[in-house]
Amino acid sequence: MTLEVRDLHKSFGGVQAVSGVSLSVAAGELLALIGPNGAGKSTCFNMLNGQLRPDRGSVKLRGQEITGLAPRRIWRMGVGRTFQITATFGSMTVLENVQMALLSHARRLYDIWNPVSKQDPARAMALLDRVGMAGQAARPCGVLAYGDLKRVELAVALANDPSLLLMDEPTAGMAPAERVALMELAARIAREGGIAVLFTEHDMDVVFAHADRILVLDRGKPIAEGLPAEVRRDARVREVYLGTGATHGYS
Amino acid sequence: MENLLVQGLSGLATASSLFLVASGLTVIFGVTRIVNFAHGSLYMLGAYLSWTLVTQLPRGHLGFWGGVALAALIVGVVGVLIEVLLLRRIYKAPELFQLLATFGVVLIVQDVALLIWGPQDLLGPRAPGLRGATMVLGVRFPLYELFLIAVGPVVLALLWLLFNRTRWGTLVRAATADREMVGALGVNQRALFTTVFFLGSVLAGLGGALQIPRESVNLQMDLVVIVEAFVVVVVGGLGSLPGAFLAALLIGELQAFGILIFPRITLVLAFLVMAVVLVIRPHGLLGRAPSTAHAAAAPEPPYLPASPWRRWAGLGLLLLAVIVPPFLGDYALIVFTEIAIMMLFAASLHFIMGPGGMASFGHAAYFGFGAYGAALLVRHFAAPMELGLLAAPFMAGLGGLVFGFFCVRLSGVYAAMLTLAFAQIAWSTAFQWVEMTGGDNGILGVWPSAWAQSKLVFYYLSLALCVGAVMLLRRAIFAPFGYALRAGRDSPLRAEAIGMDGFRIRWFAFILAAVAAGIAGGLFAYSKGSVFPTYMSISRSVDGLLMVLLGGVKTVSGPIAGALAYTWLHEQLMRAFDLWRLFLGIIILALVLFFPQGLAGALGRREGRS
Amino acid sequence: MLDVTDLHAHYGRAHILQGVTLRAGEGEVLALLGRNGAGKSTTMKSIMGLLRPTSGAVRFRGEDIAGREPFEIARRGIGYVPEERRIFTELSVLENLEVGRMPAREGLAPWTAERVFALFPSLGAMRKRPGGRMSGGEQQMLTIGRTLMGNPRLILLDEPSEGLAPVIIERMAEAILALKREGLTVLLSEQNLHFARLVSDRACVLEKGAIRWEGRMEALMADEAARAQYLTV
Repeated sequence: MTLEVRDLHKSFGGVQAVSGVSLSVAAGELLALIGPNGAGKSTCFNMLNGQLRPDRGSVKLRGQEITGLAPRRIWRMGVGRTFQITATFGSMTVLENVQMALLSHARRLYDIWNPVSKQDPARAMALLDRVGMAGQAARPCGVLAYGDLKRVELAVALANDPSLLLMDEPTAGMAPAERVALMELAARIAREGGIAVLFTEHDMDVVFAHADRILVLDRGKPIAEGLPAEVRRDARVREVYLGTGATHGYS
Repeated sequence: MENLLVQGLSGLATASSLFLVASGLTVIFGVTRIVNFAHGSLYMLGAYLSWTLVTQLPRGHLGFWGGVALAALIVGVVGVLIEVLLLRRIYKAPELFQLLATFGVVLIVQDVALLIWGPQDLLGPRAPGLRGATMVLGVRFPLYELFLIAVGPVVLALLWLLFNRTRWGTLVRAATADREMVGALGVNQRALFTTVFFLGSVLAGLGGALQIPRESVNLQMDLVVIVEAFVVVVVGGLGSLPGAFLAALLIGELQAFGILIFPRITLVLAFLVMAVVLVIRPHGLLGRAPSTAHAAAAPEPPYLPASPWRRWAGLGLLLLAVIVPPFLGDYALIVFTEIAIMMLFAASLHFIMGPGGMASFGHAAYFGFGAYGAALLVRHFAAPMELGLLAAPFMAGLGGLVFGFFCVRLSGVYAAMLTLAFAQIAWSTAFQWVEMTGGDNGILGVWPSAWAQSKLVFYYLSLALCVGAVMLLRRAIFAPFGYALRAGRDSPLRAEAIGMDGFRIRWFAFILAAVAAGIAGGLFAYSKGSVFPTYMSISRSVDGLLMVLLGGVKTVSGPIAGALAYTWLHEQLMRAFDLWRLFLGIIILALVLFFPQGLAGALGRREGRS
Repeated sequence: MLDVTDLHAHYGRAHILQGVTLRAGEGEVLALLGRNGAGKSTTMKSIMGLLRPTSGAVRFRGEDIAGREPFEIARRGIGYVPEERRIFTELSVLENLEVGRMPAREGLAPWTAERVFALFPSLGAMRKRPGGRMSGGEQQMLTIGRTLMGNPRLILLDEPSEGLAPVIIERMAEAILALKREGLTVLLSEQNLHFARLVSDRACVLEKGAIRWEGRMEALMADEAARAQYLTV
C-alpha cells in the first residue's frame, strides 16, 4: 500500500470535524473522497498533506510514518499535490514554475549566483510535455486560462517523482469537458507511473468515470466505501449526498 | 504608595488620550485598509485649531468646550477633504503607495502648520470648571486628568454601540471585509468610506483638542503621536477597538510606571512591548488573521532582465558617474557620494520589499548598525577605515539575523510594524546608552584612512562598493534564491508544497538586505566623519521607502532611479526653499496620483508602448 | 426586462467580451452557458457595473445602465449573486441579510429575513451564526437570501451549483423555481448542464466573448451538434 491512514480524528473548538477515518490507496489506484459540504473532506485532506496535525490516528506513506510532519517534509518524502484553487507563482513563466520545483528537489534554492535562465530546461520541458503544456512554457502563469493552470499544477506536482498525488477538487471551476480531459490525463499518468491518487471531487461525472474506489464521508465519519457502482446504489449515500441524480449525468 | 497611585491614575489619563487617536486610526484602517500616516497630523491640527479657537472665543464653558468640539469637527472636514481628493483615487493602489500618499500629507501639514502657527510651542488655557484638583483615595489629583480617564471608556462604549447596534455599523463591518460586494448590494460605499473617514478624523481631532490643557502644542506632535498610535493599534490588533483600548491601557500604564522602574530605557519600553506582543501573538492582542481578500490581487509582474535600452542607459549613467566627478567641486562630490550610498540603501530595502514582498519601516536600523559598527571600532579601538568598513556589514548582518528572526514570521502591516519597533529599539539604544555611543552627541572623528581622505577618492571608493553590492543583489534576484523568495511571495501555499522553507528563505533574504544596508551605513559614516542616532531614525527608514516606491517596487532598476531622484530632489529643495517639506509633499502626491508604478515603471510603460 | 446590446469589456488589455447581445423577458430564467473563460462571469460583472464595459448598451426596464456604479444598478432592482459567494464571514446570518436590505419595490412582495428562512429553512436555524462558520451549501443559500433582501426584479446568479453536493444542488434548483413562480427574472450562468436544464426556459451559449447559440432550453438539449461544438472541448 502506498498510503495507509488509520483512525484519523480532528476537532476544532469542540466540534468533531473528522472522527475515525481510515483508508488506503495502492500504487496506480485512484481513490475518490466524496461527501456533502462540511463533511470533513478538506480537514481529512489537510491532515494528509501536513497542513493540519491530527488529534489522533496515523498516516503512513510506503510504511513510513508521516503523521504531523510539515507539508514541505511530506513533499520531500514523495507526495505531490494540487490545490482546489490553483496555487502557482504568478510572476513566473510556466517553465520557471516547474523549474522551481526541480530546483527545490535538488536543494539548490540558496544559490545566489547562477541565473535561473541559464539552467537546463530539459527536465522541466519534459514534465510540461507530459501534461501538454510545452507549447506555453514561456508564458507567464498569471495570464493562463484556468484549465491550463491546472495542468501546470499537475506538472509541478509530478516534479519530485511522487509516489502519492493528493488532488483537492482537481476539476473545480472548470467546464465539464475540460474536467473529463484533465482527469483522464491525471488517471493515465497515475496508472502509467504507478502513482497512488487520492482526490476529493464534487462532480459526480468525474468521480464515477475515473475513481477505482470511492469513500463517502458524512459529518466527519465514513458512511460507505467501495466500487463506484456499489456506492452509487447505496441508499444512505443517495440520501445524504447524491440525491435523485437529476443534476449529474448518472441518473 | 501614594506616588504609585498618582502614577497609575495619570497612566489611565494617558491611556484615554492614546485611545482617542488610536481608535480613529484603527477604524479608518479597518474599513479602508489604509495605514494613515497623516492621522497624527490630524491630531496636531486638532490641537492647533482648538488652541486658536479657545483663545479667540469668549472665555467660559462655551468658549472652551465649544472650541474643542468645533476644532474636532473642522478636523473631520479636513479628513473628508483628504479622503475625497486623494485617497479615493488610490484605494486600489498597493498598500505602500497609499502609505506614501498619506506621508505626503504629513509633510504638507507640517509646513502649513508652521506657516500659520509659527515654530514656537503654544500653551493652551485650562479647561473651565476642571482647573483644580480633587482628592482621590487620599491623594490630590488634577480634575482634568480625571475627566480624561472617563473619556476613553465612554468613547469606546459609544463606538461599540455605533458599530454593533446600527445599520451604519453593520454596513461598515461588511465593507471592512468586502467593499465591492457591499456596493453590489446597493450600498454607496464611497459615501460610507467618507463617513468613516470623517468619524476617524473627528476622533483624532478631538484627541488633539483635548490635549491643550495638558501639554504644549508643537510641530513635533504629529510624528510622536502617530508612532504611539501605531504601537497601540498594532498591539491591540489592527481594526479591533477593544484591542486598541486594552493596548492603550497597557502602553499608558507602562509609560507612567516605566519612568519609575526603568528610567534608562523609557523610550524603548513601548516598542519592546510591541515586539514581545507581536512575537507571541502575531496579530496583536485581540486581532484576527486577515481574511483572504476577495478581489484577487493581479499577479505581480515578472522581473525581466534589463532591456537593451535600459542596459545602455545604465551603462551610460555609470560612465558619467566615473568620468564627470574629477571636474566637480567638493560639494557636488559629497552629493554624488551620498547618491551612490543611498542607491545601495534603497536597493537593499527593495530586495526584501520587492521579491520578498515584506515591507520594512525600520530598514534604517541596519544602515545605522553599519554606521555604528564602524564608528564604535574607531571610538573604542581606534580602528582604521578598512577594518571599520568590514565591521559595518558584519554588525548589520548580525542585527538582521536577530531582528529578522522575528520579523519574517509576520506579514503585511504587522511585519512592517515589527521592523519599526526593532528600529526604534536600536535608535533608542544609541540615544540612551551614552557611555557606549555618545548618545545624542554621536561619535565624531570617523574619518577615512589617509589614502581615501580626498573627496574624489572616497567618492570612487563608495561608487565601487555600492555599485558592486547592488549588482550582487541584482544577481541574487535572478538566481534560484531570488526566485525562491518571489515564490514565497506569490504563493506561500505552493512554495511550502514544493519543499520550500519560507521562513528560512525570508530570513536569509532579510540578513542579506541588512548586510547590504550595513555597507551603505559604514560608507555613510566615513563620508560624514560622524555618526548620530538619527541615522537609524524613522525618517531615514521613510526616506528609504520613498526612494523604493518613487522608483517603483516592481522593477529591479526602480530603487536606483528612486534613490537618484529622491536624493537629488531632497538636496535641491532643502537648498532652495524654507518650505521644502511642503514642496516635497506636493511632489509625492503628484507622483502617487500620476505615476502609480513609480519612475522606472512609468519609463517601462513608455518603452513597452513604443 | 434586461436587454444587452453589443457589449464589449476588457480586463487590462484582454478583450473578454466581444459584442454580447442577449435579452431576458420578465419572469424568465435564462441560462448563460459556455466553457470556462468564455466570458460568463464577465458578462454578469459588466451588467452589474463591477467591470466598466468599454462599449455597448445594458438596458434594464428601458433605461441604459451601462457605466453606472454597482450600487446604483443594485438600487434599480438588479441583484447579484457572485460565484465566490462572498459572504461577510464575521457577520451573523441576520447581519448578512441586513446588509442586503433595500426598500420595498412597487408590485413586489417585500422580502424579510423570515421570508428568506421560509425559502431556506436551514438558515433559520442559525440566525446568529457567523457566516464564516457555515458550510458551502449554507453559504450559497445565504448569499442568495442576502441578494433577495434587496427586492430585486432581476437576479444574476453566477454558477450557484459550483462546488456543491448533488443533494444541495437539487435544493438550489427548487429555490430557483420558487423564485420564478414569484415572477422574478433570473440570468443564470452555469457549467452544470443538468442543473441548468432543470430550471431554465431559454439558453444562450457564450464562446470567445460573444453569443453563438440562442434558443429554448429543450432545443439545446436536442441539438447535439451545438452542444458538442460549444460545451465540450
